[in-house]
Amino acid sequence: MNKQLEIDNLLQSKEREIAELKNLLDQKNEEIEQLRKSRIKYPSDGVIESDALSKDDIERYSRQMIVPAIGVDGQKRLKKASVLVVGCGGLGCPAAQYMAGCGIGRIGLVDYDVVERSNLHRQLLHAEFNLGVPKVTSLAQALLRLNSSLKIDEYNVQLSSANALEIFAKYDIIVDASDNVATRYLVNDAAVLSGRPLVSGGAVGCEGQLTVYNYKDGPCYRCLFPEPPPPETVSNCSDVGVVGPVPGCIGVLQALQVIHIITEKGEVASGKLLLFDGVSFTFRSIRLRGKSPTCKICGSEPTITQLMDYEQFCGSPANDKDSGLNILDASERVSPVFLEQAIAKKLPLLLIDVRSPVEFEMCRLPESTNIPLKLLNKEETVDQLKEMWATVAGNQNAESRVYLVCRRGNDSQLGVRRVQNILKCQVFDVKGGLHAWSRDVDPSFPIY
Amino acid sequence: MNTEQLNFTVEFSGGAELLFNKEKTHQVCFPSVEEWTIGKLLIWLRDNKLTERPELFMQGDTVRPGILVLVNDTDWELLDQLNYKIARGDSITFISTLHGG
Repeated sequence: MNKQLEIDNLLQSKEREIAELKNLLDQKNEEIEQLRKSRIKYPSDGVIESDALSKDDIERYSRQMIVPAIGVDGQKRLKKASVLVVGCGGLGCPAAQYMAGCGIGRIGLVDYDVVERSNLHRQLLHAEFNLGVPKVTSLAQALLRLNSSLKIDEYNVQLSSANALEIFAKYDIIVDASDNVATRYLVNDAAVLSGRPLVSGGAVGCEGQLTVYNYKDGPCYRCLFPEPPPPETVSNCSDVGVVGPVPGCIGVLQALQVIHIITEKGEVASGKLLLFDGVSFTFRSIRLRGKSPTCKICGSEPTITQLMDYEQFCGSPANDKDSGLNILDASERVSPVFLEQAIAKKLPLLLIDVRSPVEFEMCRLPESTNIPLKLLNKEETVDQLKEMWATVAGNQNAESRVYLVCRRGNDSQLGVRRVQNILKCQVFDVKGGLHAWSRDVDPSFPIY
Repeated sequence: MNTEQLNFTVEFSGGAELLFNKEKTHQVCFPSVEEWTIGKLLIWLRDNKLTERPELFMQGDTVRPGILVLVNDTDWELLDQLNYKIARGDSITFISTLHGG
């Protein structure tokens, strides 16, 4: 125990040290900022500067200015340009990183979320020490570390119909690096209404897509997709997963499209969709329809003239989190603590984990058996389930229970209904799933 | 290649393959005495290849919102859409749009 106390004290003193060092770092950064500002005001110390580019700029950006696709004129344009990045995650990090690197003068960052451990494998500008910190703050710090001459604006808000137009008005180009359908329609409509080109990227699993909307006479998102997809057909990174380099690659290409729009030298992917398949390792560029004359927002007679309620329009929330499902009666649900006690008392029970096999393989409760929700209705599963139940219940049927568990307690509720139809017995879902188990029973169980 | 047959490729990506047993590429071969349009192909895919609920792929007689259809890497809106006549060697692609990031 003394040893533990010693370690705790040591940890606390190290944390204090780090906090002090962070303060010192902030102070020094502030001093540098002040010094730089005073230097810009009085550039009369014999340095010959071209009209917009400083000595630092020339030294820093020479390698890219030499390339005809940028040139000196392009570099000056980049310096004067302002770009808004909506979403500071798997696409937003690499997009912003390369925009900061190439010297885009002003970058706005929008995100309401904080950095979570499950972000770190792909959102590479968020560091471990920033877990729990707003993503915009974490990303702004990282960008300024890369290039302290930039102006970075942080919007730690959920982009909405109430604030989008006001924020968009301050930037020349919008980058859609968001993670859900409702936000994508909002970003499109706000970009069209404020007359801004929109560099749109998407990535899920091992696939990525990239196109530019609302650029000159090209189509907008609504020209391609006048109606939102049914919510149950939309997959997100949280449920289907995503392999880091895939959004990384798409985000970097978004930055390159931003450069092309600013410098007007390279090809802009308007009316074209770039597809990247990270498994077959192929890029494809496909030719899309042009602007639709009947488009409700960018057509010749638009009927959408202001922003709307996008969550209602899409029938899904403007985030990639699962909303809490609640389809069971309170008497059909138990808490994780209740389940723990039932296990400890060795009551006869069948604990079914309805997550996918790969999730079950990652982490599971030792007493559980895996039957993915998708398989619960299959004929062969029904027999298997009846057999398992017979083994558990034996001749003390009245005492035995079936419990269903999943990641967050949504699928397990759906499963309860199905199992009730198959086994005529008492079936319960574990409220809040394994996340709640980790919170209330065993903090060493991973939350993912 | 047998000239009496209409051979072409059907591809799914962006998650649309999840509706078709997770297989991204399907080689299709029909007797070429019959004329095949994309409209007819949709029904055939729904009845013969689809492994999930029909409404996740189709709405009415066409694809559901959020799926792009391509013929040889060109948006079908630039062609005859449902009435496009499939030719030997064509590649018909169904792409679900990705919203994650």
